[in-house]
Amino acid sequence: MTVTSSTKDAEKLRFTIETEFSATPERVWQLWADPRQLERWWGPPGYPATFHRHEFTVGGESRYYMSSPEGDRSHAWFRFVTLDEPHHIELDDGFSREDGEPVDPHDHARIIVTIESAGPVTRMTTVSQFRDLTQMEQLVGMGMQEGMAAAMGQIDAILADG
Amino acid sequence: MTRVAVRDEHVGRGCADSIRAVTYNQMVVQMGNDDATDRIFHALADATRRDIVTRVMQRPLSVSALAAGYAMSFAAVQKHVAALERADLVTKRRQGREQMVRGNPEAVRRAARLLDEYEAIWRGRIDRMHDIINDDDEGESQ
Repeated sequence: MTVTSSTKDAEKLRFTIETEFSATPERVWQLWADPRQLERWWGPPGYPATFHRHEFTVGGESRYYMSSPEGDRSHAWFRFVTLDEPHHIELDDGFSREDGEPVDPHDHARIIVTIESAGPVTRMTTVSQFRDLTQMEQLVGMGMQEGMAAAMGQIDAILADG
Repeated sequence: MTRVAVRDEHVGRGCADSIRAVTYNQMVVQMGNDDATDRIFHALADATRRDIVTRVMQRPLSVSALAAGYAMSFAAVQKHVAALERADLVTKRRQGREQMVRGNPEAVRRAARLLDEYEAIWRGRIDRMHDIINDDDEGESQ
């Protein structure tokens, strides 16, 4: 198991997940800082993320979209609120219109990432804070392929058995 | 964030056109009618109101007991409670001289279901992050 702990607070609309990497904090930082690496993990299989703007500086913003197998694009944005290399990242994540620009710059979730040495490993803790249920429903709805891909894999396996 | 194939016409909190442009999954978005949904979102968008919900989920409290916990007037707290009541997040019932406020666990359960889905998304991301780091170890065998 790669995830060491996760906690959900339904009343505060907050989710925390923790993992440990066999790598330095500097290496883990690069997973966020380098848009080409970020693209390899942000979107679920079959729904790749493309970051066509990634200003990894305080006040900098990113623009990205995710492509469905049918070719539909779903646009979103980041804004970096705090960056303390290689230990701390705070960013806002929100939805964009078709032109890539934010639907509402004030409507965003906040993601807080802490990267710290823990003996031989590096611990990364990610806290997501949602503003309200609509926002959470949108984010979850857009990331649902994670669950759907697993379901499709099971169907494939059943068909293969038959 | 990715779109799914099923289009959904639910609209939260105005900006109808832009939000309609976002497609989300009907399996996840099981909301009631739009008015009721709007009231829930409005109610939970405020930190004091979220705090009130948290407190009355644990045990019923009178409006005056709630008001004692905040640096604001009794009337202001009563207003927050009224907004939560309109959204069905809490119920208020007179009990003797007191108005008792109780939480409605259904709204919190809905948030909990969404957090479960969100957790699956992040577990996938973390697995892929590990794969990327493992890839450099293989590539670097120097």
